[in-house]
Amino acid sequence: MFRRTAVTQTGDQAASDASLQSVETDEQKLWEDRKTEAESGLVNGQLSIFLRRYVPWALFFIGLVVIPALYYMGLITLGTVNMLGRYMAFAIVAVGLDLIWGYTGILSLCQAFFFALGGYAMGMYLAHHGGPEGIIDANNWKIPACLYVVYPYKVGEAPGDALVPWFWKPFYTLPVTVTLGLLIPGIAALAIGYFGFKSRVRGVYFAILTQAITVAGWLVFCMNNMKLCGTNGLTRFDRIAGFKLTTPHVKVSLYIITLLALVGVYALCKQIVRSRLGRILIAIRDDETTLRFSGYKPYIYKLFAFSLAGMIAGLGGMLYAPQMGIFTPTNMEASASILVVVWVAVGGRGALSGAILGTLAVNLLYNFFTSEKNLLLFTWRAEYWQFILGGLFIGVVLLFPGGLIDLWNRLVGKAK
Amino acid sequence: MNQAQRIAEYKEYSPRDSRFTEERYLLFLEDITAVFDGFKALDIEALGIEYNELRVIIGPNGAGKTTLCDVVSGKTRPTTGSVFFDGADITQQTEAEIALRGIGRKFQTPTVFDSLTTYENMELALPGHYRLWSNLFGSTTNAQRERIMEILERVGLADELHREAKYLSHGQRQWLAISTLVLSDPKLLLVDEPAAGLTDAETALTAELLLELKEDHTLIVIEHDMDFVRQLDSFVTVLNEGIIMAEGMMHEVQQNEEVIEAYLGR
Repeated sequence: MFRRTAVTQTGDQAASDASLQSVETDEQKLWEDRKTEAESGLVNGQLSIFLRRYVPWALFFIGLVVIPALYYMGLITLGTVNMLGRYMAFAIVAVGLDLIWGYTGILSLCQAFFFALGGYAMGMYLAHHGGPEGIIDANNWKIPACLYVVYPYKVGEAPGDALVPWFWKPFYTLPVTVTLGLLIPGIAALAIGYFGFKSRVRGVYFAILTQAITVAGWLVFCMNNMKLCGTNGLTRFDRIAGFKLTTPHVKVSLYIITLLALVGVYALCKQIVRSRLGRILIAIRDDETTLRFSGYKPYIYKLFAFSLAGMIAGLGGMLYAPQMGIFTPTNMEASASILVVVWVAVGGRGALSGAILGTLAVNLLYNFFTSEKNLLLFTWRAEYWQFILGGLFIGVVLLFPGGLIDLWNRLVGKAK
Repeated sequence: MNQAQRIAEYKEYSPRDSRFTEERYLLFLEDITAVFDGFKALDIEALGIEYNELRVIIGPNGAGKTTLCDVVSGKTRPTTGSVFFDGADITQQTEAEIALRGIGRKFQTPTVFDSLTTYENMELALPGHYRLWSNLFGSTTNAQRERIMEILERVGLADELHREAKYLSHGQRQWLAISTLVLSDPKLLLVDEPAAGLTDAETALTAELLLELKEDHTLIVIEHDMDFVRQLDSFVTVLNEGIIMAEGMMHEVQQNEEVIEAYLGR
């Protein structure tokens, strides 16, 4: 009896088959029907299906093969490849934010803090192996060059007194660094989330709480006493896993690693939002109270999503640091966190591919509009970019609440 | 039997008393008061709901019916008194713990998850999937699918399987809320105004379904609609200003002078 709807609609041959397995296939049929119904985009039929199926793969192919090929053919500069790599590191952070904000409905303004925790972990590793050849402290550790800034004496003076701080030491090897670069933001998110979610801090209050934590973190990282190189940040990077960062092959490799990490993070998050867990996250966004009365403990799921988003942001930071060549507290300013929100909003919250699209789009615009241009009557200055960014954010929120991905979906007529 | 005698009878069989090897009441409220800003919303000396009973709670607006539900389901902590469920004191437990013990609740307004489809709403109500990992890796078994389809077919929602709940009509949302509650198979169902906003035919079907559920569940139904209450033909508790005013079958309660006065005003 449960097959009635599907069977009459599709005229399926298996109608006579009363076995339970048919429930699933019928469901898929219904699903397909629903998709067909919703197909009312500008592009219809075969082309729509073709676009939907192959455009993501085409983009992946362009990123993985075409862009490196263009570079080796001399058509684009190394700087462009490096820039795209950095923007994709940002996109990783945005995918994490979309999981926690777009799906679970928790606006987090400390993704830049988690990003910086990962970035600092990798930055400390890079500083350990950075140039120039420095002096050795009393415990036989080479003091990273950038660390001198925070000591009250100049390079070469009173070397016997200077020691590499204990918390720098674990970041000497790459595997430990990568592990800690994921664990530290994860644990930080777990702690923030535990106290926030357990005491049912919600909505805008949670956003303010996380923003305050970001600002506090930024102030702490700016302090010279913290021996994290203060406002100068971590500099003088030279080698990663023995390879010189300045060589083109290493830069292209880092770009490709970032691309693969982005695809991996996307696939992981996609899998999560497709599972029943993903539906629970959406249910939390819709109505957390009802979910609680159904026997679920929403804070556990929120903690999971928030910690995962924190770890993802940390991964983004770890990939960003070697490509940028410097990591400073600027990366964890409050405005940096809000930027992540803008990327996701522009791309379309609640759609993981939208987060990637938004990040790349906004950053490419940023890149274009922050170069000085001599127009006919006036000179375009980099500072004017802020107006474009603000206008873009307001425009998207007012005119396209679904973001760029929604425009694309409307074009190919895809049911969201 | 007047109300004082009935309270005495409730107290006689209180779960606090260990004289009985078997519990008489699935749910027992004792000396419950709920005070909000000095206003006593609820003041119940004793109330017991027996196993496999369908109890209807009626009362004028502001009588404390929903507050009673809130206290039982853990949304509101009572100011004084204790709530016993299945022999255990659940007064201090959280909503999720109480839900896991087997108290399911349908709210006054149908609470379904708007962005999820009918089927996904039902899937979330499946019992025994409250752990994070089982939700990340687990999938719904065929028996569970069959059960979901069976219930949805019963309430006529099978055609709306993959429609997002926000596109359902009010009646359909009401049904979906009841369906998820039925699927989660709790020991006690708290059903707050199931007939609100339904057509007469839908109301009759609701009554039929609730009576069917009575076979192996205990239910508390809160309702305004007197026709609906008559269709249920069950033991009725009348609340007024937080106090139990009268109890009995519908026809008895209707004759009660105090009840008539409370409903019609003096």
